[in-house]
Amino acid sequence: MTTTLIADRPVEVDAEGFLTHTDDWDEELAAAIARDSGIAELTPRHWLVVDFMRDRYLATGTAPSIRALGKESGVPVKELYQLFPKGPAKLAAKIGGIPKPRGCI
Amino acid sequence: MRAPSARGGWTVSRKRIVVLGGGTGGTMVANRLRRHFDGDEAEIHVVDRDDAHVYQPGLLFVPFGLAEADEIVRSRHRQLRGNITFHENEVMEVWIERNEVLLDDGTVLPYDVLVVASGARLQPEETEGLAGPGWNERVFTFYTPDSAVALQAALERFDHGRLVVNLVDMPIKCPVAPLEFAFLADWYLRERGIRDRVDLVYSTPLDGAFTKPVASEQLAGLLGEKEIELVTEFNAGEVDGVGGKLASYDGRELDFDLLVTVPLHGGAAYVERSPGLGDALGFVPTDKHTLQTPTNANVFALGDATDLPISKAGSVTHFEAEVLVENVVRHLAEQELVAGYDGHANCFIETGFHKALLIDFNYDTEPLPGRFPTSLGPLPLLRESHLNHLGKLLFQTVYWRALLPGREIPGLGTTMPTAGKRLAHTP
Repeated sequence: MTTTLIADRPVEVDAEGFLTHTDDWDEELAAAIARDSGIAELTPRHWLVVDFMRDRYLATGTAPSIRALGKESGVPVKELYQLFPKGPAKLAAKIGGIPKPRGCI
Repeated sequence: MRAPSARGGWTVSRKRIVVLGGGTGGTMVANRLRRHFDGDEAEIHVVDRDDAHVYQPGLLFVPFGLAEADEIVRSRHRQLRGNITFHENEVMEVWIERNEVLLDDGTVLPYDVLVVASGARLQPEETEGLAGPGWNERVFTFYTPDSAVALQAALERFDHGRLVVNLVDMPIKCPVAPLEFAFLADWYLRERGIRDRVDLVYSTPLDGAFTKPVASEQLAGLLGEKEIELVTEFNAGEVDGVGGKLASYDGRELDFDLLVTVPLHGGAAYVERSPGLGDALGFVPTDKHTLQTPTNANVFALGDATDLPISKAGSVTHFEAEVLVENVVRHLAEQELVAGYDGHANCFIETGFHKALLIDFNYDTEPLPGRFPTSLGPLPLLRESHLNHLGKLLFQTVYWRALLPGREIPGLGTTMPTAGKRLAHTP
């Protein structure tokens, strides 16, 4: 765990930059993490996914996998990769201030 | 479960247990429950849509001519003890609020306890182009007897080019199987003297050869030794089975002459048709220690059908079955359940040349080097050996003769043994 400045605010993050405390999160932080990850602006489609991930994590304690995201969020997997290049579930989780989704076994 | 009746005599309140699925988990559970309950204590029903029980670990060997498809398939109902009713029917829906199951011939089976053991289903149609032109011609899986047989013929004809092994996404049955396929393909091609004319590629959505760090490193080393190219974080999005191209969602492409794929997996179709039973992928949310479903106290699940964060593998199902049976008995006796399952799994990993690795792990401990089941062995962990290979071959006999009938197997307990493991590796 290290403390870093995001949007001029000190927050605690893990080795890969995921927020340690879900409560630290707000929309300003989300936008700053997105910019650091190469997404200049969060569109309503981005927000749909980020909100879905965050709500699901807060309700169940686990973030959905990319496949579940594609089936349930209303955004198809192909578009998820356009919105969040490389790893949509991972990146959306990071922007949403929740822990990195655990890979399956 | 006998209660005095109003007239003072004894009436019998026989419980009805319905098991959905007659594979590894369903068969073991039904047989163990039958041993526990007399016929007048419980009636036991098993439902499956066909009567073909496949010894799934054997499928790996079919493409290489090391096993015949028909020698790994037996009748489902013949693996069940007497006094178990087998229904060869498709399940239409589980009415979870009413404690009833609807079958495709209109039969309604009421239950006191339901056990979901219907495994996982391959979904090649969920990946664009995968099940289209080229399927079973240039694109194969070894996860079904039909495609494994078709792949055997294709491998025999194959004499040069690019052979790509791909797993589309987790979860899959037996996460080590695609690696084993790559190892055996290397061996097979060397035996035929054409290995230098073939590029062998292993592509995976994971960030390494396997999910757990110590084993992943060891297995990546083996891929390197066998000159198998490892392509990681490759999320297959589209297949052109005629042109021979596999494309990832992030725009990378792999050319192939032969593609051996492990398609996406989901739960049984009826799980998706039954409100309140499964998750988005058709797997059943299940308590990781008791194997009861969190929403219904009289519904239990095991094996590939669950959403548990552990391998979908026969060994997992075996260890779960022991705990599940105990908890069904406790539930019917209105006793507290035991949180007895620790995520124990073990798998032999065939590496070719008559050798295999053995891994043994659970929810908390990743696969580590050492010996199994104790420090005296006899089996080495996470290291190639001939003895492990013999163990893998012998296991088929153990499966039909001891595991399915529900007999105890010495040295193979429910919880993971730590005695032989070098736990210093734990991070």
